[in-house]
Amino acid sequence: MLRRLFPHPILTLTLAIVWLMLVNKITSGNIFLGVVLGIVIPVMTAPYWPNRPKLGRPLLAIEYFLIVLVDIVAANIEVAYLVLFRRSKNIRSQWLVVPLDLRSPEAITVLAATITMTPGTVAASLAADGGSLLVHVLDTDAPDEVCAHIKKRYERRLKEIFG
Amino acid sequence: MILYALTFASACFGLGLLVTLWRLVTGPSQADRILALDTMVINFIALMVLYGIWQGTQIYFEAAMLIAMVGFVSTVAFCRFILRGDIIE
Amino acid sequence: MDQDLTLISEILVAAFLVIGGVFSLVSSIGMMRLRTLMQRLHAPTKSTTLGVGGVLIGSMLYSLLIREALSFHELLITLFLFMTAPITANFIAKTYMQDKIHKDELPDTGRDYGWAVYDDPPMPGTPRDPELPEER
Repeated sequence: MLRRLFPHPILTLTLAIVWLMLVNKITSGNIFLGVVLGIVIPVMTAPYWPNRPKLGRPLLAIEYFLIVLVDIVAANIEVAYLVLFRRSKNIRSQWLVVPLDLRSPEAITVLAATITMTPGTVAASLAADGGSLLVHVLDTDAPDEVCAHIKKRYERRLKEIFG
Repeated sequence: MILYALTFASACFGLGLLVTLWRLVTGPSQADRILALDTMVINFIALMVLYGIWQGTQIYFEAAMLIAMVGFVSTVAFCRFILRGDIIE
Repeated sequence: MDQDLTLISEILVAAFLVIGGVFSLVSSIGMMRLRTLMQRLHAPTKSTTLGVGGVLIGSMLYSLLIREALSFHELLITLFLFMTAPITANFIAKTYMQDKIHKDELPDTGRDYGWAVYDDPPMPGTPRDPELPEER
């Protein structure tokens, strides 16, 4: 019964909180409406996520989020330096192939988003069978190092989180 | 002091809008134009938020949020149209 | 004492606004200066997001510290932009690749299948590559 009412407790909580943030006023009526939305929407949308991933270790997810946040700021300063002070014909851009160990589509999505948001890299495409990721690097001498960095810093953590 | 910062930031974002407009007009490929439009939307969101701070009302934030959503959906629809020749398959 | 606090919060808000403005300016310069679309893609996806993020955080601090009313809308906009920026970038990259880059200019996938922009995914029912790790 409880399982049928709350098929996805995290989604319920997120929806209620987002609703409260949207109306921007915390009253009992708004909380009630948020909870109702949080219960109705997961039940209605359940067919769209038949096999959702399990978050293995939520605390690691928070750590991952903070690491990415710091990296985003660092990435911006790095890219700003390149854009402002490097002559544009001296910027050595390259394509890079990152072989993936991750299999779940959600984990790959998070990895691609992370790559796009962090130091001088944009995730451009995925191999048709989902086994490797095409990354465009803004400026690098050593593509292998960038690849190793991505695998070590992000992919290993994601594997633990979604593992 | 906040007023000076607001003026400075508005000038930056306004200049950004002009540059993206230039890119929109000249941009060699279609992807360039989509990128310019997307950046324009984001710059415009920032301008609206700045105006909201200046006027001291909340209404502009709600408008900015709606524009953020509409901008994202239109960018994706635009790309999809060029990629597949169709938006909803 | 109270005046000091107001001054500090004003400095904080102004700093965030200025940082946001500077980063957005940098991204515009990047869009103007860089030479290929894939390079130009780097500037807006990162800098504009951080630029707008800076302005939004500044605005949130402003309503929190100076007008003393908590406002979550800015946080929602920031989260939304951070979630959507990679998706837009990926779509634009795909559009550009399909339009202007030939298959042979890209490095090999290192697998049996090509990049998803050009090639179809394996049909359902195709035997899985034995080297791939097991699915859960």
